[in-house]
Amino acid sequence: MVAARTTILNKLGLHARPAMAFVQVAAAQGSEVRVRRVGSDEWLDGKSIMQMLLLAATEGTEIEIECVGRDEEEALARLLQLVVSKFDEE
Amino acid sequence: MPPASIGFTMKLREIVVEAAIVPCVKATKRDAVIGELVDALVAAGVISEADRPSLVKESIARERKGSTGFGHGVAVPHARSTLVTQPRAAVGLVPGGVEFNALDRQPVYSVVFLLSPAGNPDAHLSAMETVFGALSQESFRRFLRQSTNAADVLSLLDEVDGLRAQR
Repeated sequence: MVAARTTILNKLGLHARPAMAFVQVAAAQGSEVRVRRVGSDEWLDGKSIMQMLLLAATEGTEIEIECVGRDEEEALARLLQLVVSKFDEE
Repeated sequence: MPPASIGFTMKLREIVVEAAIVPCVKATKRDAVIGELVDALVAAGVISEADRPSLVKESIARERKGSTGFGHGVAVPHARSTLVTQPRAAVGLVPGGVEFNALDRQPVYSVVFLLSPAGNPDAHLSAMETVFGALSQESFRRFLRQSTNAADVLSLLDEVDGLRAQR
């Protein structure tokens, strides 16, 4: 299991399009992916768009991403890259 | 994993405009369904007739970038506008289903058209959270699809808001 914290940087937050981008990257990996707001104990399935939209993470929200599986290192790196790159939105 | 409940701040009834519930959408194509729901917001007095074309256009352009048909027979087309100061939504039920290019490639039976205030991304996210808090529940989707009139939809929304308030 690998996990990391990161911050949502894009101004519009994790709205539908970036949430979809996240799910697409997560779903392409074999590892389980789960996400939560830092401070919350409710984990959301990173491969489910319905659940990722529930995150409602605004700009500046700290989230934690956890990956479990054979490609967990790669999965986490790709997801972090996506968040840090502001989902190519700005 | 159960649906999460992270800080629901808005109620469905604060977002959904009662007079903009369309229990039996006549249109059968995606763009026309979106148009009919924007019409409902015009009829409800939320926006004016003059604003209709730009909102329909924006929402359809958004669909082309990626469908808001997120699976399980529901879609949430949306637009951002300076015409509203808080998120407002129309709800349309399409008994025969409509092709929305949905993620699961299945027809859509329940459409929530969400109009969010431009320049207030937090309000949009909060509204999406509230809408998906409901739509992510199988029972809500089923009852919504089975509704045949606005009163059914309203009591369903009230029920969800009430359950949330208890948490």
